[in-house]
Amino acid sequence: MSVPLLAVENIGRRFGGFVALEGVTASFEPNKVTAIIGPNGAGKSTFFNVLSGVLAPSSGSIRFKGSDITGTPQHRFAHLGIARSYQITNIFPELSVHENVRVAAQALRSRYDIWRNRAAMTELDDKADAALAAVGLTSRRGTTAKFLAHGQQRALEIAIALVADPELLLLDEPTAGMGPEETKDMVALLERLAAGRTILLVEHKMKMILGLSDRILVLHHGRLIADGSPQHIQTDPEVRRVYLGQNHGYA
Amino acid sequence: MTVSDSSVAAVMAGRAGHRGWRARLTAWRVPLSVLILCLLPWVLPSQALAVNVLIYGLVAVGYNLLFGYTGLLSFGHAAFFGAGAYVTGIAIGKFGLPWYAAVALGVVAGSALAFVIGLLSIRTRGIYFSMVTLALSQLVYYVALQASSLTGGENGLRGFTVARIDLFGWTVDFLDPLKKYYVLMVFAAAALWLVSRILNSPFGAVIEAIRENETRARACGYDVERSKLIAFTLSGLICALAGTLSALHLAIVPLDILHYQTSGMIVMMTLLGGAGSFFGPFVGALAFLLMEDVVSLWTSHWQIVVGSVFILFVLFLPKGIWGSALAWRASR
Repeated sequence: MSVPLLAVENIGRRFGGFVALEGVTASFEPNKVTAIIGPNGAGKSTFFNVLSGVLAPSSGSIRFKGSDITGTPQHRFAHLGIARSYQITNIFPELSVHENVRVAAQALRSRYDIWRNRAAMTELDDKADAALAAVGLTSRRGTTAKFLAHGQQRALEIAIALVADPELLLLDEPTAGMGPEETKDMVALLERLAAGRTILLVEHKMKMILGLSDRILVLHHGRLIADGSPQHIQTDPEVRRVYLGQNHGYA
Repeated sequence: MTVSDSSVAAVMAGRAGHRGWRARLTAWRVPLSVLILCLLPWVLPSQALAVNVLIYGLVAVGYNLLFGYTGLLSFGHAAFFGAGAYVTGIAIGKFGLPWYAAVALGVVAGSALAFVIGLLSIRTRGIYFSMVTLALSQLVYYVALQASSLTGGENGLRGFTVARIDLFGWTVDFLDPLKKYYVLMVFAAAALWLVSRILNSPFGAVIEAIRENETRARACGYDVERSKLIAFTLSGLICALAGTLSALHLAIVPLDILHYQTSGMIVMMTLLGGAGSFFGPFVGALAFLLMEDVVSLWTSHWQIVVGSVFILFVLFLPKGIWGSALAWRASR
């Protein structure tokens, strides 16, 4: 059997006496879209923060492409090939849309060079423009990022993650705070991106997940209570009890 | 349809025009700044004011690299300014080093101090960072106060007058104020070139990204702490150079150069001129020193007036004089 792209083994995370995550074990194959769902406070964000290096797990290990990356500083993750987006829009507000993506692309090429001319690194412009085209923001290239509409800022957020050409793309609620129209656009974008990429996403909007993902993990009170195909998850009695039966999050 | 298309085109062309104007100004910022500074002794009421604008403007330029471009509010930059000045003075006065070696030593010592203070403070954020830099710079102040056999203590450091500058067979009379100004100008020009170089570099993009959004910069793959430390040290280097120039100019180093009021003054000059603008710090230094000169003729409580003006700027013109002028020009 081939080595999974990402494998977490018995991951746990405590905040003082509070157990946010406990005993989560899962592995992720390449080129699949996996959704992580669960009620508020289920530990989704903590799990995501552990996967993207923001938090070190209190226990357990993370392996990426077969090597142990537990405890690796967060800024190394982008270099390993793991990029993420954030639930709350997290962009460079005063930079132009193009500069936002360009500086993200630069991280993999040059970080401390003070002698070269940054404008001369034209390959970064091409990479940035390609990422902007992929999320449909080419026409807003020169706009200062803070002036974009919310949905476009979310798309920019994804472009920033995408430009590093990551092997694993972590998307934290890409449709957070979006209206129905914007959500539709975002789902279409995610469907385009899904081809040939490994994506893990946290999402609240159930309908969207069912159509998009190959596999769903359900977290509840920090534990993994179900793991399977969308069809399987929909019929799982435990999941129905804690999550699907509630109107909350079923929008 | 046609109307809206053409108006869109007009807007786009207008924007491109502004971009072009800003880009040209950016490309020529070092020669233009040097040209303006070269004219200062001829347009300002006194040459003493001109040389002060040059030196304090340069400290503010160094500070601006950290505050305006990296987004870190340090309250301890007097330490690097003072370290540059003291080390230069001591190297000449106590060890008899030639002036150029003393300048180099002052810059190296100031940068090393910035590296150490940066190392100790960079992991703290916001107000804590400001307080840690303030506390560490106060430590430097008390060291200078206590080590009076080396620094002259409260009386300041004296006895290292540089009368002539000899280099490559050239001799410049350093007691002639105008000639002295242009010698100092050469160093300031080199520093401006270096700062412009940093801002144009890939690293310049990194510090801007950190200023804009530290969390995102880290997620993109930048080692935020290390980048901040480099920016802090480079900022200290420019301030130390300004300190060495101050020592050469005054031929004394007053203890006050290390006082936290000097740190505060550097912050005020940078904000008055426009944090995050290339030439703003010089404008801020000029505005501050002019206010000091004019108001102190009228009352010894000049700081009340300068402080009030500063508050008005923070409230109503946060981009400062130069920054607001650039924004106003760009919006037309």
